[in-house]
Amino acid sequence: MGNIVKDSKKSLEFVYDFYVKMKRNNINLAYEGEITHQITKAFTSLTENNMMRDEDYSSVQKKVFHVMVECLQNISKHADNQFNFISSKDGRGIFLVSKDETEYNVTTGNVVKNEKIEELKQMLEHINRLSREELNKLYKQKIREGRLSEKGGAGLGFIDIARKTGQKLIYSFIKIDDEKSFFVLTSSISRVK
Amino acid sequence: MMQAIKIQGTDDTPKVILDPNPENPVFEISGRSLPEDVVAFYEPILEWLDEYAQDPLEKTIFNFKLEYFNTASSKLLLDILLKLEDMYDDQKDVLVRWHFPEDDEDMEEAGEEYADIVEVPFEQVRYTLD
Repeated sequence: MGNIVKDSKKSLEFVYDFYVKMKRNNINLAYEGEITHQITKAFTSLTENNMMRDEDYSSVQKKVFHVMVECLQNISKHADNQFNFISSKDGRGIFLVSKDETEYNVTTGNVVKNEKIEELKQMLEHINRLSREELNKLYKQKIREGRLSEKGGAGLGFIDIARKTGQKLIYSFIKIDDEKSFFVLTSSISRVK
Repeated sequence: MMQAIKIQGTDDTPKVILDPNPENPVFEISGRSLPEDVVAFYEPILEWLDEYAQDPLEKTIFNFKLEYFNTASSKLLLDILLKLEDMYDDQKDVLVRWHFPEDDEDMEEAGEEYADIVEVPFEQVRYTLD
């Protein structure tokens, strides 16, 4: 009995701790779980309402909306799911939106197989080296090359985030074990016009 | 005459009207495009255009008036434009009108980009939001 009381007290403290950390880091949306189409719609409309209330520029609102959609779809389509206990068609991961005076940050994290890291890294590095004009050129080339991959999309999303935000993609791969790593990606959108 | 396509817009799929009625023809895609399954959404539209292209009206004015589309939709939009390009190559009279809100540079640029890729008469139309 005593242990249960102690444990539940601990878990309540954890909640407060979590709350304080979210506040300290200006996080206004945090989620871990499956990223379904419904979730994508719910998060984007929630954030849209908040941005309207905060009277952000409509161009900023559109960019945040766009980055959120592309990031969520990346997880939903590309997170490696076989490490989950429950199999599902949608990928799962963590999704955070934070905001301060000058910018919005959209962060995603999901599990990827180690064997995919090299290719992903090369793609992200390549995108980060390109100028705005070069990104436009690459985007055009990619959509012209045509047909969607069987999962629909890929690659295009990163390019479009980079050119619409005008910022470098910030990312990291954190090794979990020999088989898999945690892939974290942050995109920033300036709130200043 | 071909059956018209009329699809109501939702918060994640665009409104689509493909109506070849010679009295008052309308070809328009407007609103938001981020469907759960882009291919399933656009496939019937592409098939309809294939059939229409065999015997189109004297002039086809196709209007895009999108508020937002995701990258997955962007390829399918290009597929539609490529069908219109084929019709134009086939000596048909085709005009694409790309509408964008006056303060939306990204949507304006998206139009410029498509105009660059496809060889079809292309008009950018700036509009004011009410």
